Amino acid sequence: MIKLLLLPVFVIALAVPFFNHAAPSLFGFPFFYWYQIAVVPVGAVLIYIVYRVEENRRGDDA
Amino acid sequence: MTYPAATVVFLLLLVLVVVLGFTAARWKAGDMSHIVEWGLGGRRFGTWVSWFLLGGDLYTAYTFIAIPALMFGAGAIGFFAVPYTVMIYPILYLVFPKLWKVAHRHGYITGPEFLRGRYGNRWLALAVGVTGIFATMPYIALQLVGMQTVIGALGLPGHLPLIIAFSVLAAFTYTSGLRAPAMIAIVKDLLIYLTVIVAVIVIPAQLGGFAAIFAKISPAKLLLAVPPAGSGGAYTGYATLALGSAMALFLYPHAMTGILSASSPKVIRRNAALLPAYSVLLGLLALIGFMAVAAGVQTMPQFASGFKQYGASFAVPALLLNSLPGWFAGIAFAAIAIGALVPAAIMAIAAANIFTRDICSQFIAKAGHKGEVRVAKLFSIVMVVGAVAFILLIPNSYAVQLQLLGGMWIIQTFPAIAFSVFTRFFNGWALLAGWAVGIFSATYLVALNHFTAAIFAFHVLGHTLPSYIALATVVLNAMVAAALSLPMNALASDRAGDETVAADYI
Repeated sequence: MIKLLLLPVFVIALAVPFFNHAAPSLFGFPFFYWYQIAVVPVGAVLIYIVYRVEENRRGDDA
Repeated sequence: MTYPAATVVFLLLLVLVVVLGFTAARWKAGDMSHIVEWGLGGRRFGTWVSWFLLGGDLYTAYTFIAIPALMFGAGAIGFFAVPYTVMIYPILYLVFPKLWKVAHRHGYITGPEFLRGRYGNRWLALAVGVTGIFATMPYIALQLVGMQTVIGALGLPGHLPLIIAFSVLAAFTYTSGLRAPAMIAIVKDLLIYLTVIVAVIVIPAQLGGFAAIFAKISPAKLLLAVPPAGSGGAYTGYATLALGSAMALFLYPHAMTGILSASSPKVIRRNAALLPAYSVLLGLLALIGFMAVAAGVQTMPQFASGFKQYGASFAVPALLLNSLPGWFAGIAFAAIAIGALVPAAIMAIAAANIFTRDICSQFIAKAGHKGEVRVAKLFSIVMVVGAVAFILLIPNSYAVQLQLLGGMWIIQTFPAIAFSVFTRFFNGWALLAGWAVGIFSATYLVALNHFTAAIFAFHVLGHTLPSYIALATVVLNAMVAAALSLPMNALASDRAGDETVAADYI
């Protein structure tokens, strides 16, 4: 059920009312922009965790 | 020549790529008289080659021109490309390693072939295959538009450069098959990374930093409009556009070809975590649209004719010419032009695989191994020539509209492809009926929008829910397929037609 970790990727990417704001800004980027760019590595890390866990379970042959 | 340094660098890089394209046939050499070699590179691509190939395949020249152009013209809504290209990867991770396994076990090289094996239903496979070819044709045409924009920006004359570029594309696709775009994709992706990294360091420095760039964007374009009471407004529009686009992406034949050419399901799973690097790139690239606003390229006299001819699509080329040294603009333009050739080649090959395996052999005439490759190679040329004719003969705006429709159509294959790797609950004919309802309703709603807008305002229980038409209609499609599957499984089950077994998917 480690695959459930993929669900938050959709939640954080689709939470439009949460991120449609200018503040707080970061390095001159309004929240709307830096938040969505930050979602990319967060999503990648979640996928990577799922991959590692499943890979360990599976052995290295698949 | 208006921009001599840029033009020389641009042409040199393109010549290099053409040479690579023709030599690629000998790379990871295989028996090229077999369609799995020509059309899937022999399923031999490891993690890194697949990373470059899929990156080159999914993030196309059209994306690099159109997304910044949307930001430039419409503002924040154009940034949907970022959440969209985040959500494609969980979908890739969940669905496509299974599809790879069953395809490998049974020798399938296309999505429709899998459906024919799963449901024993060649009509369902035909519907899905034809949908793929129809969705792909305008997509190739738009790659040409992307290329045309940079060729035009360099001041090269008329349609001739475009015709030459695509004749060469057709030739190396014919000889090298999928190996050609795989090899070229490595060059293309490195150039694109270089371009975007340099652009997001150099240009903001000239414009006084990112804060100064965002300060020049009008408040109405900087954020999405807050929805009025009782409506999802721009919020549901944005979210459904991102989700629907994500669901559709890997159903495109070129995306599926890229996935099936991987050497193992592990390569696909790994890439689901590695490919998001391109999405960061795309996010930064989207902001180039805002940089073009801040730099004021639209009012500069030397770009007036370009904007007149290409509209907002000219924003990126104009900004690059204005802000970077000529030779570097040449590199950037080459990256975009090669970024058109890579996906165009894969699209032509993918459509050719479908035509060969799902149309020709099923409905016209069966061919042996050698005959199959001959049919596929010829059809790949038909696709490229068709796309060039498309661009030369009809206005570009039609290609954009057809691409919009193509996205609405291709998503209608989602229930059949994505659900079928998990379950055999559905009936093949029920999936076909769902597909038909989806295609018809999506086309009807886009027609109501005069073929220009992707979002339709649905009224549900007193609320207004603007939604990406593709997403709304694929939900309807899945409901029809599920509702019809229940009685059909009881009365006229087609489960005996399933040539796959549960172990094929694990």
